[in-house]
Amino acid sequence: MITLDNLTVSYRQHPALHHITGHFASGSLTAVVGPNGSGKSTLLKSIMGLLPLAGGRLTVPETAGRIAYLPQVAEIERQFPITVRDCVCLGCWPLKRAWGGIDGAQLKRVDTALKEVGLQGFEHRPIGSLSSGQLQRVLFARLLVQNADLILLDEPFNSIDSKTTAALLGIIANWHEKKHTVVVVLHDDAQVRQYFPQTLLLAREMVAWGPTQEVMTPANLATARAMAEAWDDNAGLCDINAVTASSMQAAPTMSQPRPGL
Amino acid sequence: MDSLQHFFGGALGSVWHFAFAPFAEFAFMRRALVATLALSLSAAPLGVFLTLRRMSLFGDALSHAILPGVAVGFMLFGLSLTAMVVGGVIAGMLVAGIAGVISRATTLKEDASLAALYLLALAIGVTLVSSHGTQLDLLHILFGSALGVDTSGLLLVAAVASVSVVVLAATYRGLVLESFDPVFLSATTKRDGRCGPNWVWQQGFLMLVVVNLVAGFQTLGTLMAVGLMMLPAVSAKLWHDTLPAQLVNASAQALLAGYAGLLLSYNFDTPSGPTIIGCAGALYLASLLAAPGGWLVRVLAPRHRLA
Repeated sequence: MITLDNLTVSYRQHPALHHITGHFASGSLTAVVGPNGSGKSTLLKSIMGLLPLAGGRLTVPETAGRIAYLPQVAEIERQFPITVRDCVCLGCWPLKRAWGGIDGAQLKRVDTALKEVGLQGFEHRPIGSLSSGQLQRVLFARLLVQNADLILLDEPFNSIDSKTTAALLGIIANWHEKKHTVVVVLHDDAQVRQYFPQTLLLAREMVAWGPTQEVMTPANLATARAMAEAWDDNAGLCDINAVTASSMQAAPTMSQPRPGL
Repeated sequence: MDSLQHFFGGALGSVWHFAFAPFAEFAFMRRALVATLALSLSAAPLGVFLTLRRMSLFGDALSHAILPGVAVGFMLFGLSLTAMVVGGVIAGMLVAGIAGVISRATTLKEDASLAALYLLALAIGVTLVSSHGTQLDLLHILFGSALGVDTSGLLLVAAVASVSVVVLAATYRGLVLESFDPVFLSATTKRDGRCGPNWVWQQGFLMLVVVNLVAGFQTLGTLMAVGLMMLPAVSAKLWHDTLPAQLVNASAQALLAGYAGLLLSYNFDTPSGPTIIGCAGALYLASLLAAPGGWLVRVLAPRHRLA
């Protein structure tokens, strides 16, 4: 379980995420939605430990040790002279690190993962020869090899065709079945309603967090859309600790996972 | 029959005379050859990594950055190889290290902070050299002379080459990952930190570049050492799609350029460093034309396949 307690992350003193409190239950499948600039990617990055917190607490338990993360725009060197198979093999890095050998069983998992994303026959192609969608599927195969307990995906279906999206949604459902905790940033409301039991609706502050049909109401979505995107340079300074006390009481009801999921 | 033997003997003799005799006859030629070959094995693969990380010009910047260290070594201890080498390594590592710290502590990217620092270092270096030495010394430091390598210089080059090949092999996987997908690396190490943060790989790699440049400064000169590092690396990219092949190709081209350059410089009495780099440049031109990634393939490309 990942617990957020009054989590605040800011860029140049302007909050990108403000007072987020709640938790991702272990084994839950959560969609994170909200308008542009509402802090969705920032949330994933701060869970990964890639951003300093401006305030609040974030607890990622040691037992959830292995986290996999697929950034929105992978900062991958597209022209790097590496083959598809070697790239997927990097999914063994958390286990093998710089010096560990990759054995036959792991190579088999690599080949299975490639098959699962429909890229058999691409093993020896250089990464640079792939389309963006194909590269995204390679990165999904790498996630499969990583097989982490906690999986964070930032808009994973960008530039992916509908057939592949369906296949990748199947992979996500499979992770959920096997009790992996999965958090996915998405923009497609219909997709969220159909495949994701839990939803976190962000508009820099938390609008709602809970079972999807309770969160994705017209009223909540209208609140999220009304978020002011521009920074207010005259805004006063926020006293985080004063807010902690009040939000502590409101939080538990919002973050209860729906029983039976 | 006689004339045939004479012809072959004569042809072989002149090949021997041109290509092998200089090394058989003169110890300084042998030392120069061994030093250049050792540098080819270690510096050229580093150059490949530099191009992959879009740091092709880093080598040049760092070669300028080591100048004040070399100058201080020269001022304090005279024309002592050890002093100049130690000074150069310290200066290079300082500049690379400070540039790394600045890029982590501020919004400046590493290339921007390095650009600022190496120019400062160069200014300091030129000031030091011109206030304490003659123009000749500066030329020697900047352009070196492979034909002047002595036994201690040879040992230094050999030691640096051996160490960097071993270190490069040991850090290969981490370096590939850090160059290819840095976010993946930091995402998988941030929460347990077993393998150290990204900058450890990057700084370790830059330190290798620094020691190789310093090792090259006596053989080829600080400026020419960059040439043996980068030219074969850039050419190798035109030939292969996979990294191991590029690394081998770069070393092979550097070896060839080193051997051919020394021979030409001996036979035509040209300065050794620039001649070696000139040979690497000739290989680069040939690669631009004939390699699979080069120009001729595009022009002469066969018709496309059915699928």
